[in-house]
Amino acid sequence: MAETIVFAVAALLILGGALGVILSRNPVHSALFLVQTLFGVAITFIDLDAHFLAAVQVIVYAGAIVILFLFVIMLLGVDQAENLDIEPIAGQRPIALIIAAATLAGLMSVVLSVGDKLTGADSVTGPLDAVIRVDALGASPESATDVRVLGSHLFTDYVFAFEITAVLLTIAVVGAVLLARRPSGPIESFSEDDAVEAVR
Amino acid sequence: MIFGLDPLYDDFSAWGTTLILVVAKVLIVFALLMVAVMFMIWFERKQIAMMQNRMGPTVAGPKGLLQTLADGVKLFFKEDLVPENADRKVFKLAPYLALVPAFLTFTIIPLGGNFRDKAGNVKIAGHFTSLQVADPPIGLLFFLAMSGVAVYGVMLAGWASGSKYPLLGAVRASAQMVSYEAALGLAVAAVFLKSGSLSTHDIVAGQWGSGGWSIRDWNVLATGFVPFVIFLIAGTAELNRPPFDLVEAEQELVGGFHTEYSSIRFAMFFLAEFMNVITMSAIMVTLFFGGPSGFLFGPSWLKVILPTFWFMAKLFCFLFAFVWFRGTLPRLRYDQLMDLGWKVLIPLALFWFVMLGAMEVAADNGWNRVAIVPIAIGVLLAGSALLLGANRSARTARERDEVAV
Repeated sequence: MAETIVFAVAALLILGGALGVILSRNPVHSALFLVQTLFGVAITFIDLDAHFLAAVQVIVYAGAIVILFLFVIMLLGVDQAENLDIEPIAGQRPIALIIAAATLAGLMSVVLSVGDKLTGADSVTGPLDAVIRVDALGASPESATDVRVLGSHLFTDYVFAFEITAVLLTIAVVGAVLLARRPSGPIESFSEDDAVEAVR
Repeated sequence: MIFGLDPLYDDFSAWGTTLILVVAKVLIVFALLMVAVMFMIWFERKQIAMMQNRMGPTVAGPKGLLQTLADGVKLFFKEDLVPENADRKVFKLAPYLALVPAFLTFTIIPLGGNFRDKAGNVKIAGHFTSLQVADPPIGLLFFLAMSGVAVYGVMLAGWASGSKYPLLGAVRASAQMVSYEAALGLAVAAVFLKSGSLSTHDIVAGQWGSGGWSIRDWNVLATGFVPFVIFLIAGTAELNRPPFDLVEAEQELVGGFHTEYSSIRFAMFFLAEFMNVITMSAIMVTLFFGGPSGFLFGPSWLKVILPTFWFMAKLFCFLFAFVWFRGTLPRLRYDQLMDLGWKVLIPLALFWFVMLGAMEVAADNGWNRVAIVPIAIGVLLAGSALLLGANRSARTARERDEVAV
């Protein structure tokens, strides 16, 4: 019962936020609605007893990624309301409409044809021997919280995937730093007038 | 499970009493925090005044105790201004985004209870319950999440004001808070490693040895002091308190992100800041200083009250330390702030975390734990040599570029 009520509230938050993202004219407002959606998803995770995922959802997405979105929006100065009458790329809107409709049709056909096999025990493909594994590590099944289960899986079964992801992220950071670095050697001079121009 | 780990929720047959108890806990903690903020503001003003050889507030109430109340009432009745260029909705939303996480974090702090039996529960109206509003199984991740959300209050306040200085303050603040969150998280990770649990309740219980309390069980010693120092520095930066208060550096930015705010909205930012100071101190007591652990004596009713007393006493030491920082330390320059965060605190926290992990593995496998320390020091020296070399070559490259211009 409690789960159903919480789910209903979270679903309203998610859908309301999602609509807000695409309907607000101001990019900053859109980003804030995105935060609302992410919070809704976090609440759904708590509803499913996936407490760790909920916390990570808020820490990573709301606490870091959207902050960076906002940072870029504010620094680039695109934080004004957009004029929606102009179409930046010709034919963009009909194509977007078609792709959205196709995605919706695909999702709905999957959901309708598979039915209730999408959730519950049927939806699990990987090994769910969490309790047994945690027992092997010397802990009682009661203390098999999702943090423990996730951690023991991540550092035993999936340790190579985990390490490769870490290397990938490091490469991405190094690449970003390299791209952001000024090219060595003389660069064109940057006068006060240019600075004033840039601020405008 | 969805509500948390409190034994109060094990039995829902008498849900009426449960509900009343939960509501009472929330109200009491909220009221306590509000009163604590009121006296914290008074204490800070008085203490700073003493350190600067002046009087501080003296007029309202005995020794100026009621000054904060008078200021609060004044701010309530002042005209509510919204600047013309402001984004009205976000401008009004921002103070709440600063205030709500500040209070929510305080709900996970265990405020008392005798943890000798590892449960630390108190019997109220026939129900066992722990003396904290909520005990989510992810405990401290919740704290990290809330400190991540707190960035929004500052950032949006600065942006929505529609004016230069607040925006500069907001950009500084978000960069600072996001950077120091990493060091904060790594310092907390060392505590997780020792206690094996994320729940604040279990972390406190883990700091009580089997034969009652002992300072040796406190995480500040069990994790080797360094994580605590990192947490203290990163926490101060996270709070935007001096010496890391670049967000509202008066000499450069007028008032930083809250320049355009007045009346009750300004008061809410102030309230959030002081709530955060109290919450951060409480988190430090909980993580590193055993929470309510302390010497217990006397009759049984005293043994119920004493843990809370010890908690408050430790909390007060940290509150004083924050005022002390403000009274004595000059503000850092922005590049010094970023250097300290990224080049000192994060590598050190990471190193210490890995070393503690190695100690744990050594203990599990029966290796010689003495051998770990020289190896760790060797790795630390090699790592810092590499980092220094990288810094130096980066600096020479930068200087060469600048000369070329």
